[in-house]
Amino acid sequence: MNFSEVFKLSSLLCKFSPDGKYLASCVQYRLVVRDVSTLQILQLYTCLDQVQHMEWSADSLFILCAMYKRGLVQVWSLEQPEWHCKIDEGSAGLVASCWSPDGRHILNTTEFHLRVTVWSLCTKSVSYIKYPKACQQGMAFTRDGRYMALAERRDCKDFVSIFVCSDWQLLRHFDTDTQDLAGVEWAPNGCVLAVWDSCLEYKVLLYSLDGRLLSVYSAYEWSLGIKSVAWSPSSQFLAIGSYDGKVRLLNHVTWKMTTEFGHPAAISNPKTVVYREVEKSPPPGLGHLSLPPSRAGARPLTNAAASESKYEVASVPISLQTLKPAADRANPRMGVGMLAFSPDSYFLATRNDNIPNAVWVWDIQKLRLFVVLEQLCPVRSFQWDPQQPRLAICTGGNKVYLWSPAGCVSVQVPGEGDFPVLALCWHSSGDSLALLGKDHFCLCFLETSKDVGAAFGRRDSCT
Amino acid sequence: MSPSSLYSQQVLCSSIPLSKNVHSFFSAFCTEENIEQSISYLDQELTTFGFPSLYEEPKSKEAKKELNIVAVLNCMNELLVLQRKNLLAQENVETQNLKLGSDMDHLQSCYAKLKEQLEASRREIIGLQERDRQLQCKNRNLHQLLKNEKDEVQKLQNIIASRATQYNHDMKRKEREYNKLKERLHQLVMNKKDKKIAMDVLNYVGRADGKRGSWRTGKTEARNEDEMYKILLNDYEYRQKQILMENAELKKVLQQMKKEMISLLSPQKKTPRERADESTGAVISDVEEDGGELSRESMWDLSCETVREQLTNSIRKQWRILKSHVEKLDNQVSKVNLEGFNDEDVISRQDHEQETEKLELEIQQCKEMIKTQQQLLQQQLATACDDDTTSLLRDCYLLEEKERLKEEWSLFKEQKKNFERERRSFTEAAIRLGLERKAFEEERASWLKQQFLNMTTFDHPNSENVKLFSAFSGSSDQDNLPVHSKQRQKKPPSTSNGSPVCTSKMTKSLPASPTLDSCQTRSCVSEHSSVSVLTVTPEEMKPDQVGRECTSQTWSVVSRPGAQPGCSVDAL
Repeated sequence: MNFSEVFKLSSLLCKFSPDGKYLASCVQYRLVVRDVSTLQILQLYTCLDQVQHMEWSADSLFILCAMYKRGLVQVWSLEQPEWHCKIDEGSAGLVASCWSPDGRHILNTTEFHLRVTVWSLCTKSVSYIKYPKACQQGMAFTRDGRYMALAERRDCKDFVSIFVCSDWQLLRHFDTDTQDLAGVEWAPNGCVLAVWDSCLEYKVLLYSLDGRLLSVYSAYEWSLGIKSVAWSPSSQFLAIGSYDGKVRLLNHVTWKMTTEFGHPAAISNPKTVVYREVEKSPPPGLGHLSLPPSRAGARPLTNAAASESKYEVASVPISLQTLKPAADRANPRMGVGMLAFSPDSYFLATRNDNIPNAVWVWDIQKLRLFVVLEQLCPVRSFQWDPQQPRLAICTGGNKVYLWSPAGCVSVQVPGEGDFPVLALCWHSSGDSLALLGKDHFCLCFLETSKDVGAAFGRRDSCT
Repeated sequence: MSPSSLYSQQVLCSSIPLSKNVHSFFSAFCTEENIEQSISYLDQELTTFGFPSLYEEPKSKEAKKELNIVAVLNCMNELLVLQRKNLLAQENVETQNLKLGSDMDHLQSCYAKLKEQLEASRREIIGLQERDRQLQCKNRNLHQLLKNEKDEVQKLQNIIASRATQYNHDMKRKEREYNKLKERLHQLVMNKKDKKIAMDVLNYVGRADGKRGSWRTGKTEARNEDEMYKILLNDYEYRQKQILMENAELKKVLQQMKKEMISLLSPQKKTPRERADESTGAVISDVEEDGGELSRESMWDLSCETVREQLTNSIRKQWRILKSHVEKLDNQVSKVNLEGFNDEDVISRQDHEQETEKLELEIQQCKEMIKTQQQLLQQQLATACDDDTTSLLRDCYLLEEKERLKEEWSLFKEQKKNFERERRSFTEAAIRLGLERKAFEEERASWLKQQFLNMTTFDHPNSENVKLFSAFSGSSDQDNLPVHSKQRQKKPPSTSNGSPVCTSKMTKSLPASPTLDSCQTRSCVSEHSSVSVLTVTPEEMKPDQVGRECTSQTWSVVSRPGAQPGCSVDAL
């Protein structure tokens, strides 16, 4: 495993191009495009203000940079560096901007969700969509990029509009039986739309592409409901994480619950492997002894974050560290807030927010808990390798954690000073991983798949 | 009222003062001067009480009455007797009185105790009643509380519901206002002809697909619809294909399973055990039916309702049969485990193999033993058992057979042991009897001698002794032995617990046994002799007959010395 040198970064804006050739990152008002293999700067664009949002077009030809404060969007072309495009939303303001799947339209959401403006890069035409709903995930494109589902709110009722992305024609418009719609998400096959209600009510509605209601699912009433939703890449399962700390899997045939994954703090099943991150006792000598003891005592936390760690297989009746959520506050830290299927649909990684240090990996073939990773610090983010069942985890420390069915490993990011990894993103090939810190980022190059197996085997044996 | 009773009454009344001052009374009563008066007074008194007169019959009127000394003495005597009797009666009455008094005391104490108990239980009852009442009270309170709580819950629910509706209503109102504001804002922001809202682009780029944009017309709408339905159709077709494939796979599995079941179930019917099973007929018919169905395999592809039903039904039937069969096998296995491996803790494969070898060795030994002791076997085991042994010799590599052989061998050994034990006890009894008889003979001789000597004086006791002796002898050699023989007759079927009871009875009923050593040596002798006796009638008898015969013979063997006690040991 190799690491690149550290580059500057702001607002965690660093993205691989969809074709995997380029890497774009923002530093204040500058946009830097690098070659992924050489990391040489290919282009450098200067925006009008500090960039708050950056996104590649699907064909990797354009990059949009949004400056919400100014209500501005600037678009850059990779092929024609001199080409420029600036969209000004003026006094209407801007809160969100995104590409349409064809990479020729930009959808801007104005302040107060007054409307969504669809700007075309091909023609002068501008389309407006009124009444978009301000919610968690109000807009969703099908994976093939043909259709867009948009949540709307009119006359105190929720509606979903389905647009054809090629000409922005309204295909279907229907009201949903929700109190307060919170999100929409297409199944990867683009034929089923999952719509869920806000956390006050546990309700998932499944609509066909033509607007027919396929099924309604509600696990319980009264207490706080859905927190996160994810489709399996095979469209076979819909995983619903809720505030009761459970993930429920709906199947795609009957849309009934297939199974329920609880996240108890005590793990007793001997078939479950629990990897526990432990601090490696620092080797005597070197810098540690030179530190005066008072200073060493003064900052034990940063030391802990900086010191090396490793995984140990914990003997199974074990209880995980739990957080007691404040019941009297809104948005309590409890329930399953993060859900992600592995690209082959074999595994599901989850995080229960009141056990923030643990990542749960479920075996979807056997429908049981497979592995639990307990970190020293709360898990900030995790992401699956797009090519194989391999999970990268970061906890805000200077380490990145990788798990695969063969085992797991904790890797310290080299370099001087602290490099707290706040977020990470995989290259589409799965060969490299961008580790994003507050002010810097670096790339982590992983061995090719053949080496990886051996490396993981070795590490597994040493953990 | 008879004079005696009157007298006794008087005595009863005056007994205590009389006894106290008899002397003074008499001294005061009679003095030198008044002898005559006293005598006449006594005479009067006595005559009134029915005693004969103290005076002699006067020979003449003038003659003075003469005191009859004899009569006086007789009267005195009778009076004394009466007095003694009265004293005795008084004593009796006093003791009775005492007894009754103590009884009374006892009863009184009992009564007091019972009263106390009654009181205590009454108190207890009251306490329990009180507790019950309290609990009921508590229960009522709790019920009331529960009701209150329920009411409270209901009230709170109502409050929540009303608040929720209110909240929703307010929300809607606010949202409407908000929408109005939004609308207004929209108008304000958009209608101002905001110059700023614009796109500044160097030049328009081509579409990603290279095509030119098309106008929105009805046609495009229709095309969009078409496309959407095409996508949906494709998806459904894909899913249908998947389901078909899955179905085909499942069908294949079912078919295969069915075939395997049939092939698994049919050969077993040929084994005798299965033949004995009642369900065999049904199985065979089912298999035939299935055979017919197998030829109609192609029909399955039609996935017709009826065919499917048939298939599932037949599979279900087969499955049931298989299940019952497996259960039966399980039962057998468990039985074998229970019976065969009682003394082993764990039975593993290796143990099995070791066991097999051991058993083979044992079988060899057993065969030899069987040959040497065949005659005994024939009398004690059924002829079927013999069949078993021969089949065993033929088929000795089967574990079950070995198991059975082992069992039977142990059973046989047990029986043999029991027989021996019995025989020993018999001989012991016989010896004891002999000894007893000898002792008795001696005793009798001495008795006879004595009888001869005291022929005239002790007639009665002698007859009694003779009676006793006869009873004793009868109990020893006529009562005990039939019991014994009965036990023997019961013996062959139940081996283990018959003989100890019998022997214990023997030892109990018989007086102290002679020394064990002599007994055992004799028993071995007796065994040989009995064997020789038993072999007289070997094969033509049926087993139970043999048993009975054998018991009767042993009985006769034992009982014969009873007749001639002197030579009992020699006979054995």
